[in-house]
Amino acid sequence: MNELEKRLLDGFQRGFPLTERPFAEIARQLNAEEDQVIGALEGLSESGIISRVGAAFAPGGIGASTLAALAAPPERLEEIAELVNGFEEVNHNYEREHRLNLWFVITAPDRDGVDRVIAEISRRSGLEVLDLPMLESYRLNLGFDLQWS
Amino acid sequence: MNGIPAIDHMDRQIVLATQEGLPLTARPYHAVAKRVGLEPQEVIVRMRRLLDQGVIRRIGVIPNHYALGYLGNGMAVWDVADESVLEMGRMIGDLDYVSHCYLRPRFPPEWPYNLFAMVHGHDRGQVLERVDKINAVMDEDARAHDVLFSTRILKKTGLRLPT
Repeated sequence: MNELEKRLLDGFQRGFPLTERPFAEIARQLNAEEDQVIGALEGLSESGIISRVGAAFAPGGIGASTLAALAAPPERLEEIAELVNGFEEVNHNYEREHRLNLWFVITAPDRDGVDRVIAEISRRSGLEVLDLPMLESYRLNLGFDLQWS
Repeated sequence: MNGIPAIDHMDRQIVLATQEGLPLTARPYHAVAKRVGLEPQEVIVRMRRLLDQGVIRRIGVIPNHYALGYLGNGMAVWDVADESVLEMGRMIGDLDYVSHCYLRPRFPPEWPYNLFAMVHGHDRGQVLERVDKINAVMDEDARAHDVLFSTRILKKTGLRLPT
């Protein structure tokens, strides 16, 4: 990673300018050119180091969401992961080392929408789906400290 | 989180148009404005309001922790007495290697844990060390704990807001 890329990652996880030409504003702060900044971000994006440049939304702020988990029998894991991934309301799905081996986030316009997805996954898989919505957040996620070691 | 105001139809259109990220062009808000049928300045004003209201937490470069070598991302969970959970949650949420710290309902008997923290490290060993440190501070406030490591990402999209 080059110096510009590191500085973009370190300094701009928040506070991205809400101005007509935000990359030019960032470039000014970093003594670079606008197209260098855009190019560096394209590179970081293409290599998967960043997932995007944009907004991180508060859970619950744009509808209802929950963290759901289920215990898929190992021989049915792929089948059930595919079933879960098939819902557009599911935006993250992780396999974890636990009896409860599938953990996924469901986001819908309202709580009824979340309930419908849970009921449908439960009905089609024949498995109990744990519904663990966030009740309180103890960290305002303002970015993540990176250590260049 | 309570107290986050409802968003209107146009806010929602903006969320939909930006959930995969802003376009990497010189005037990204112009591109968004074009998609939702607003003036660019209106998009900027609305996004600033959503940020002020806390609907948008931050706007910026969203790193991919896995690609940065934070391979040890572990979901640490504890069963903490209800009267101590606020204090413990704040303590854990303040740690710089924790990206999320949430209170969630227990689901007994299957799931006794109510406090969740995403603990990051360069490898599994470092995550476990960090969880051990947290455990030492929590002492008897944590009645039970576990760390769940992810073995695979099966799906990950920035945010999918079903229309």
